[in-house]
Amino acid sequence: MDLGALVACFASPACVVTQASSGLIVGLLLFLVAAGLTLIFGVLKIVNFAHGTFYMLGAYIAYSVLQATNSYGLAVLAAAAAMAVFGVAFERFLIARVYGGNVLMQLLICYAVVLIFDDLVKLVWGADFHAMGMPEAFQRAPIFIAGGVVPPFYAGLIVLSLCLAALLGLGLGFTRMGKIITAAAQNPQMVAALGINTTALFALVFGLGGGLAGLAGALAAPVRSLSPGMGFSILIESFIITVIGGMGSIAGALLTAIGYGLLRGFGTIGFPLFTDELIYAAMILVLLLRPSGLFGREIV
Amino acid sequence: MTKHDVKNNDKTKPGLGRRAVLATGVTGALAIPFLARGAGNVLRIGVPTVLSGPIALLGTSSRNALLLEADRINAASGLAGRKIELVFEDGKAQPQETARVARELVNTGGCELLIDATPSSGAFAVQEVVRDLGVLCIHTCSETSSLTADPKLRAPTAFRCARQGVHDSIAGGAYLAQFANAHKFNKWATCSPDYAYGRDTTAQFLDFFRHFKPDIELVTQAWPKLGQPDFTEVITKLIQARPQALFTLLYAGDLSAFINQGNVYALFKAMTVCTPNVDYPVLSAIKNIPDGIQSGTRYFEEFPPLPANKAWSEAYRKRFGQYPTNWAWQNAAAMMFLEAAAKKAGTSDGKTLVGVLSGLTIDCPFGTNGKITMREDHTIIDYAIGWGRTIAKPPYIADIKPADWGQIIELETAWKKQLGYI
Repeated sequence: MDLGALVACFASPACVVTQASSGLIVGLLLFLVAAGLTLIFGVLKIVNFAHGTFYMLGAYIAYSVLQATNSYGLAVLAAAAAMAVFGVAFERFLIARVYGGNVLMQLLICYAVVLIFDDLVKLVWGADFHAMGMPEAFQRAPIFIAGGVVPPFYAGLIVLSLCLAALLGLGLGFTRMGKIITAAAQNPQMVAALGINTTALFALVFGLGGGLAGLAGALAAPVRSLSPGMGFSILIESFIITVIGGMGSIAGALLTAIGYGLLRGFGTIGFPLFTDELIYAAMILVLLLRPSGLFGREIV
Repeated sequence: MTKHDVKNNDKTKPGLGRRAVLATGVTGALAIPFLARGAGNVLRIGVPTVLSGPIALLGTSSRNALLLEADRINAASGLAGRKIELVFEDGKAQPQETARVARELVNTGGCELLIDATPSSGAFAVQEVVRDLGVLCIHTCSETSSLTADPKLRAPTAFRCARQGVHDSIAGGAYLAQFANAHKFNKWATCSPDYAYGRDTTAQFLDFFRHFKPDIELVTQAWPKLGQPDFTEVITKLIQARPQALFTLLYAGDLSAFINQGNVYALFKAMTVCTPNVDYPVLSAIKNIPDGIQSGTRYFEEFPPLPANKAWSEAYRKRFGQYPTNWAWQNAAAMMFLEAAAKKAGTSDGKTLVGVLSGLTIDCPFGTNGKITMREDHTIIDYAIGWGRTIAKPPYIADIKPADWGQIIELETAWKKQLGYI
């Protein structure tokens, strides 16, 4: 532990800006994945263990589209759209068959999908890692704010992720579709009794969740190595976010993801050897004291 | 009919009873390895490796090199007259899984020899399996020195045909001390993966670096996890510490991600990065490779500058469509050692080969002078080690300076004495 370094960092605006922005980018990319996960659980009560696969496929699709078109914008859109479609297909053809069934069956289906698509990625793109490289538009010198370093690409990602979080929050809270989704999360039978097509609604939610994960994969691809199985580590982190934030709570996922990122950003300076352990300890504490998560609804 | 009825009816039925089925099954299970071993004139060599995740490059390039060499040996007369069949298993870079597949390859897979193409995290687990089973094993990817240097860890039938952390540390320390003196770089940082190889080899590097340049100041150290997808907080921590130079042991996909993420923060303008771990595929995969990384050669077709080395690289590229890696040459050399030992002993029997391999010198395109020796402590020496600087286009590394093996062995011996290994 190096608390002296941590105190010195907090006393330096440059260090605060650099570490806070790096924490924000880590947290907000995680939020995009966790938001889909928590949304799917909130409405469908499905713990989607295959969610990391959406992230991985999003990254690979973006990689291929960028190579083919040389347009990063198109690559991101294609990845998000493809994963949204994949999400709908996944829900319709697989998950819909085990609604209300044994949880183990849901787990087995998700695990099978993870294994199958990890191997498919190996077949299509190979087992070796790939690096997308930074799109030309973002190959720029970092911005300096109060002496702290903020890369333009990361600044763009932070703004985009925050906009998406706001859109998601506003969309769920103030649009008719959002209100239906929120209502379905609380009482799907009542929503169906009102004549709303819950089958299409569930597929839509899965599509939205999948699209967000695919988007996160595409946004992370320029700076992360692409490899089969890359969805696994992000899945673990996303679960931590959803468990602490409260399964089903978008606001909980956002605030926890930002907190998680900041803890990593400053933890690496103050307590580099047990940053991860601290995060797991926080999760255990929340599970013990508030099993529904910080922002989750109490289960009566 | 109820379940109970079925049970009772089964009991009274003639034919194979439960005990007979059990006995047949157990006998069959016990017989499988022996049947497999006796199957024809084929020599099965088990290869636990890593074929998934960010360091899959380690496994795929090891596999490529082994296939290349096995085909060459088989096209001649095989290993002491027996055709080689390689059996690859993915240990997924997990020690428990690696140990499990290594044990299965021998116990039920009919493999008589092992080539352990796993990183140190798996190699130490395989070492204990080898100690238990007494099978001949050549580790081809673990660079953690203690695996063979520490007599308590060394296994009588296990060898290492891979570069060693202590050798790279001495060579790197000597080269970088000269570089640091020339540029007046005294403030250094390190960033290495958080497991045996990263921790041990970084400590060794610092020891030898200080031996050559006592006035360095270590301003910070970072220990990201192996396979960590995001290095952002590590990179910003390094930038905050303001070192003049950074020594890193990250490799494969991790090194690629680190360089890509470091580029975003202009890390390479803030400090000079030094690493012994740059490989061809990493260099070619990174789209914006910065100039001037001080780099070890790992594998380089121009170094050692031998026609056999260039020819081997070309054969590899022709077949697999990519450049070889450091792991590729190490696995190829392991096969060359087995080939030479089997030729000398006139047999492919593992126990006999153990005695022959120890102290064996072979002609090898990856040796400094065209030869590599498997020393009595079961590890290789005289393989090519050089340092140079990266350039953005092929051949990617320029101005290579070869390491002095006399100096390496002298300091390695002193290091072993200091740790009580000899």
